[in-house]
Amino acid sequence: MAGKHQKIHQTMADNVFDIAVNLLVIVITLIVVYPLYFVVIASLSDPDAVNSGAMLFYPVAGQGKLLNLEGYQRVFQDARIWRGYGNTIYYTVFGTAIGLFATALAGYALSRRDLVGRGVITGLFVFTMYFSGGLIPTYMAVKNYHMTNTSAVMIILGAVSVYNIIIAKSFFQSTIGIELQEAAFIDGCGNGRFFALIVLPLSKSILAVLTLYYAVGYWNSFFNGLIYLNDEKLYPLQLVLRDILVASQMLAADVTDIESIGDAQRIAESLKYGVIIVSTLPVLILYPFLQKYFVKGVMIGSVKG
Amino acid sequence: MTQAQPTIHTPASRRRHKLRMITRNGMLYLFLLPALLYILLFQYVPLYGIQIAFKDFVAIEGIWNSPWVGFKHFSAFFSSYRFWDLIRNTLTLSLYRIAIGFPMPILLALLLNYTTFRRLGKFAQTATYAPHFISVVVMVGMLLLFLSPSNGVINKLLGFIGIDPVFFMGEAGYFKHIYVWSGIWQTTGWSSIIYIAALTSVSPELHEAAVIDGANKLERIWHIDVPSILPTAIILLVMDVGRVMNVGFEKVLLMQNDLNLPASEIISTYTYKVGLLNAQYSYSTAIGLFNNIINFILLISVNKLAKRISGTGLW
Repeated sequence: MAGKHQKIHQTMADNVFDIAVNLLVIVITLIVVYPLYFVVIASLSDPDAVNSGAMLFYPVAGQGKLLNLEGYQRVFQDARIWRGYGNTIYYTVFGTAIGLFATALAGYALSRRDLVGRGVITGLFVFTMYFSGGLIPTYMAVKNYHMTNTSAVMIILGAVSVYNIIIAKSFFQSTIGIELQEAAFIDGCGNGRFFALIVLPLSKSILAVLTLYYAVGYWNSFFNGLIYLNDEKLYPLQLVLRDILVASQMLAADVTDIESIGDAQRIAESLKYGVIIVSTLPVLILYPFLQKYFVKGVMIGSVKG
Repeated sequence: MTQAQPTIHTPASRRRHKLRMITRNGMLYLFLLPALLYILLFQYVPLYGIQIAFKDFVAIEGIWNSPWVGFKHFSAFFSSYRFWDLIRNTLTLSLYRIAIGFPMPILLALLLNYTTFRRLGKFAQTATYAPHFISVVVMVGMLLLFLSPSNGVINKLLGFIGIDPVFFMGEAGYFKHIYVWSGIWQTTGWSSIIYIAALTSVSPELHEAAVIDGANKLERIWHIDVPSILPTAIILLVMDVGRVMNVGFEKVLLMQNDLNLPASEIISTYTYKVGLLNAQYSYSTAIGLFNNIINFILLISVNKLAKRISGTGLW
């Protein structure tokens, strides 16, 4: 990262500085990575080894085995997880598609300086970033539309993010030159054709950024399911995860049978690490390849629109 | 406005020009339609519903016909015994988060910028961004697993050095630390991207000149790097302070249990419980509105302040 020119005049203080910086970066990286690594090896270990603190640096499967896949077997036997997975894929695919469509179109229209009323319309969008009706008024509106407890609410709510529209707008503004547009119009190309045939092919990177932002948002979304769904068949993965990972304490109060508490706890414990991995896997696998697009999104977003 | 400017600028000709632009760009308004429809239905229609904060909402009467009660719900909230607890918890979590969460990404970006091993820097970047993509449910699930008093790894490690297990999640005093530092772990890397970008755009000539003048690296950080990321930092701080009343609702709600509730009940979780679990719609809306207005006022004033001090702000 440091420029070559900085290496020429190294003072003693600079050498100490370099060592301290490198050491700190290594320590920080370890602090970030270790908990993630721990979850991975715990998911492949014997629950007893994990619970006793014997497993810290590598998987401890017990009984001469290298890895313990029992946790994963439990995960794959759990019908709730499969259903949650299916629901989340469904919500993510359609939600992302709708979000991408609405956001790219709106972002492009707002990027055009010759759009009469551009300032007012942008203001209408931006205002909603800073002031909203709040939980109950939004809930009442959704209820009025008869959308509670439907998969539609899980797909449509969250499909338009004003922040993403602004990112798209900044991108189009800096990429699609006015000359290009004027030349196309002189050739008799209208707005619709111009967007579809010229703008879109030039905008693959912003489309990738938006797709990723929406997809991760839907994949990790938990709030809308919590508020608007009560039918378990519609639960997205994150809500199922909540029941498995977090609500075990809350639900414990409802279970009166002592034996089933113990059983449920043992099963839940061995499930948990595997569940984390299985649910996060799609994002974790794609992440290293797509990292540059995520970062690109932040960069575009940082340019004031 | 950009091309074919009419030469005579009478009001009438300007109006005609505008009209022509609107009809020529009719398609663009169609482009805006889906997004506008969305914010109309899910942002502006709810704004209309805010009036129930000043009414006693009765479902059969509907929003419009429910009777006005003025500031009844607000004064009920202000005089409720929970009021100061909620304010204190909300502000504690929020200000603590800003106090640590604002400088950390700047420090990380500076560190990454000065690593002498390129590959170490790259790897550290990839690694520190990663937790950003973990869902809040998984994040809290990990906290509960690691901090469990019976078999969590933290307590096992403490056990090795002879410390008795601590029920971290059940102790109100620990709540804010767990909330803030787990957030630092999760978001510092991602938040540093913007500063890393600002640092790479610093002109190398500045550094070269400083080296010739005999400045060491710490002095160059202070006199070159810090001023160059200051505008970005101020904007981010303005946005942070403007959201001071919006503590991460989802994470706090998931981290809550009966034991830590004295420290973990915040305005947004209380709004949720009162409104959706107890169905006191009007009361909950009033609390939410109070929260939003404070946020809005804060945002505007902090933005003004930032502009006066440094010339940069959100708008």
